[in-house]
Amino acid sequence: MSGELSTPLTLWFSDVGRDARPLVGGKVASLGELLRAGCRVPTGFAVTSAAYRRFIEATGLDRLIRDTIGGLNADDVAAVDAASQKIQQAFLNSPVPAELADPIRAEYGRLAETLGDPAPAVAVRSSAVAEDTEAASFAGQHDTYLWVQGADEVLDAVLRCWASAFTPRAIAYRAHQQIGLEDAAVAVGVQQMVDPRAAGVMFTLSPRSGDPSLVVVEGSWGPGVAVVGGEVTPDEYWVNKVTLEITRKHISCKSHRYMAESRQGDLRKVEVPEDQQNEPCLTSDEVIELARVGRQLERHYGHALDIEWAVADSLPFPDNIFILQARPETVWSQRQREPVAAGFTDPLSFIVRRLANT
Amino acid sequence: MSGEIRFPSPFEVPTPPGAEGWQEMYPYYVLFSEDRRADEENRLWFYNGMHFPEPMTPFDIITAEAAYVAIGEMSTRTFCIPPAKGIDFRILNGYAFISPTPVTDPAAIQERAQLFEKRAGYYYANWRSIYDEWKQKLIREIEQLKAISFPDLPEVEDEKIVFERRGIGTSYDLLRSYHQAIESIYRVWQIHMEIIMIGFGAYFSFYDFCKRSFPEITDQQVTQMVGAIDVSMFRPNYELMRLAGKALELGVADYFKPGAAPKEVFAQLEQVEAGRAWLSEWNASADPWFYMNSGDGFQHHHRAWVDDPTPIFNVLPDYIARLQRGERLERDVEALRQRRDEITEGYRNLLQTDADRQAFDQLIGLVRDVYFSVEDHKFYVEHWYMSVFWNKMRELGRVFVAHEFFQDEDDLFLLHYTEVYQALFDLLLGWSIGAPSRGPVYWPQLVARRKALMEQLRKWTPPPALGVVPETIGDPAIVMLWGITPDRLRAWLTPAEGEGNILRGFPASSGTVEGPARVISSVNELETVQEGEILVCPVTEPSWAPIFTKVRGTVTDIGGVMSHAAIVTREYGIPAVLGTGVATKRIRTSQRIRVDGDSGTVTILDD
Repeated sequence: MSGELSTPLTLWFSDVGRDARPLVGGKVASLGELLRAGCRVPTGFAVTSAAYRRFIEATGLDRLIRDTIGGLNADDVAAVDAASQKIQQAFLNSPVPAELADPIRAEYGRLAETLGDPAPAVAVRSSAVAEDTEAASFAGQHDTYLWVQGADEVLDAVLRCWASAFTPRAIAYRAHQQIGLEDAAVAVGVQQMVDPRAAGVMFTLSPRSGDPSLVVVEGSWGPGVAVVGGEVTPDEYWVNKVTLEITRKHISCKSHRYMAESRQGDLRKVEVPEDQQNEPCLTSDEVIELARVGRQLERHYGHALDIEWAVADSLPFPDNIFILQARPETVWSQRQREPVAAGFTDPLSFIVRRLANT
Repeated sequence: MSGEIRFPSPFEVPTPPGAEGWQEMYPYYVLFSEDRRADEENRLWFYNGMHFPEPMTPFDIITAEAAYVAIGEMSTRTFCIPPAKGIDFRILNGYAFISPTPVTDPAAIQERAQLFEKRAGYYYANWRSIYDEWKQKLIREIEQLKAISFPDLPEVEDEKIVFERRGIGTSYDLLRSYHQAIESIYRVWQIHMEIIMIGFGAYFSFYDFCKRSFPEITDQQVTQMVGAIDVSMFRPNYELMRLAGKALELGVADYFKPGAAPKEVFAQLEQVEAGRAWLSEWNASADPWFYMNSGDGFQHHHRAWVDDPTPIFNVLPDYIARLQRGERLERDVEALRQRRDEITEGYRNLLQTDADRQAFDQLIGLVRDVYFSVEDHKFYVEHWYMSVFWNKMRELGRVFVAHEFFQDEDDLFLLHYTEVYQALFDLLLGWSIGAPSRGPVYWPQLVARRKALMEQLRKWTPPPALGVVPETIGDPAIVMLWGITPDRLRAWLTPAEGEGNILRGFPASSGTVEGPARVISSVNELETVQEGEILVCPVTEPSWAPIFTKVRGTVTDIGGVMSHAAIVTREYGIPAVLGTGVATKRIRTSQRIRVDGDSGTVTILDD
């Protein structure tokens, strides 16, 4: 950590929470919150939005951006394209000054030490600081670079994430929404790369009935995109949230999985070896641990959640269980439910009403 | 729901070959008949294999007659359970079929609700003291029943009758004793239903509360929250464990060998000091705990352990061996209670509102008290009382044997209890006059014919249900005890496509297990069960508890989540699927099956 006292240039996930969003962006802030809730997330640090500002000031990019975008007609596609290209190119041509590069290299070094690997693979992602997450995602601030290795590559990926705030779409969007350049600030997360043996989602209630006493875990081989995107029928595990017993499991034929292919996070769809297709992707211990973590997170946040998780290939249980993201569950949670005990006064009249069905 | 869903009409069910004329064994009012056909064909009847797992001998249906009058009276006329009048019953090919009687008129339901609130409310408000009194009432009934005696008919009456100016002879004593016994069983079934019908009412409401709060909660999870820990039904088995410990303590463990006949073991123990000490421990346990019978008390031939310890005697060497290995046999009651409280707290915390939590707290307080009685009563009535009752009737049977009406004391059970009155008058007339009774000629041939009929009826397998599936079933007892719901009935009727090897029932005890099946149809076959098999039977009884140390899973035709099979399998932590309707028909002994006690499915793995 370095830089001015009040605005750090880098921050570890474990040092931030939900409230750190303006500095580290939504993605990192929520990872910090997950850590606070007591679950394991792939470890890492944020390059803060303060670092981004320092960078564009130190390199003069701030002026270039103002000049290029000022007065731009957002509907003029060709002009927006040209502006984007000019700014992004300028970003990539600007070396990161030592006052920023050094702390980022240092933090990567610390990460290497923590993970016991001289050049650990990391994921580098932009983490939007805008208040409105949906808008932020519209603004194109969701670049992700996977399997980045070594400090040089990390710096390069950070730079690319910064530049991603100026895709044509992002520029046009901000212009339409009259969002100032200040709010184009980007934080970047540098995070331990987890190579998932299996991954998927879980819900802290029954998606079928809204029953809050169940946790439903869905998973398949490899990274979770196949499950999230509905491309495979995942294995399904139903766990009693109270007793943490698996009450039902359904093992599907999982014929395909994804595999990381390139730095840019491109995933290749490959066939799963036949003898693995019908094998459960999780052990019972893993399912129960996931459900336990899901229950713990739900208590921390105070509402039902939709959680993305991964089980790392190379680590022993339970260190292999990772939570990647947790969002509020929206389908059942937004339904108005009549309290079951509506009009309850005493057990007797309740019994009478139930029996008389009134 | 479109169209009516029907099981076979009771009028379409053929008589088993060789059982023609079976109707003579039963009174006219328990038979399906043309007079009531229109009504009988249009209601649901299901085979009550839970209470009457075998064809009923004529005398034994007194248990159905007394019980269903009591159920009807308590539900319909006394407590006025809003949606449910009583349960009707019929005997078909010797088997008992029962039918709920719903109240459908909303205005009538409301009227009944007001009466119910006042009356059942009084019981709920005073439940604990009422149940304490209830137990005392039952124990008094048992004492009175035991005191009834059937005197020998003397050649010449005692002179006291003269000099004490009594003017009433032994014939009256005999007649009165029979009267008293019949009155006694009638009273006891009234007292039984006094608490049971409204008990189910309260439990049903809590169950419904849980189902609406947690739509996918399983029945067994609801029972886990209210299930009693220390009910009397567990006690007989604990006494066996205690006796196993005593055998070790007294150094007589070697007398208990697998397969040894109880009589011989008892005789050997008599020979030595330590053995006699053990026998006095046995006697201390036996009264009352070994009045447990091997069935459910409704049929005379399910003998009590005190009368015939054979079915449970093999458990002793097993328990002794386990104690020698240092195993703990008794459940850790404190841990169980703690577990129950943790689960309850877990569900409570998941309720959505404070109002729900408050209602939950109040309901569970009441329902735990009520449910305790629902599980606990069974020992007092079905086992202790009924075992004494059947033996009392055997005493009368012996009087008839002495006068050559019967060859065997148990022949009495082949007469309906009103026919026993006839036989009694025949006997008393003959004896008093000194002229021959007709009985010694009349009854033996009737008993022989009926024995042959019973033999044929036992070979028949009753269909799970008859008649029309109703749209809803509102009777709390039908739903909670027998596990009969319209969905379940439809599942019995239509095995899903491609699921030919899957049977569906109630998930009653959690866990999954695979193994060879052992299909048994009566308690007499219990001894054939081998270690590691999965028990498949029409119904299991808590008195079978010791068998659950051997089997790995249980499947029954009949039974709901509050049935005693459910209680005992949970007690032993053995996966169980109950109420499949057809398990004993579809599964054969030694076929490999998988029992999933969480989803309530049984899969036949072998062809």
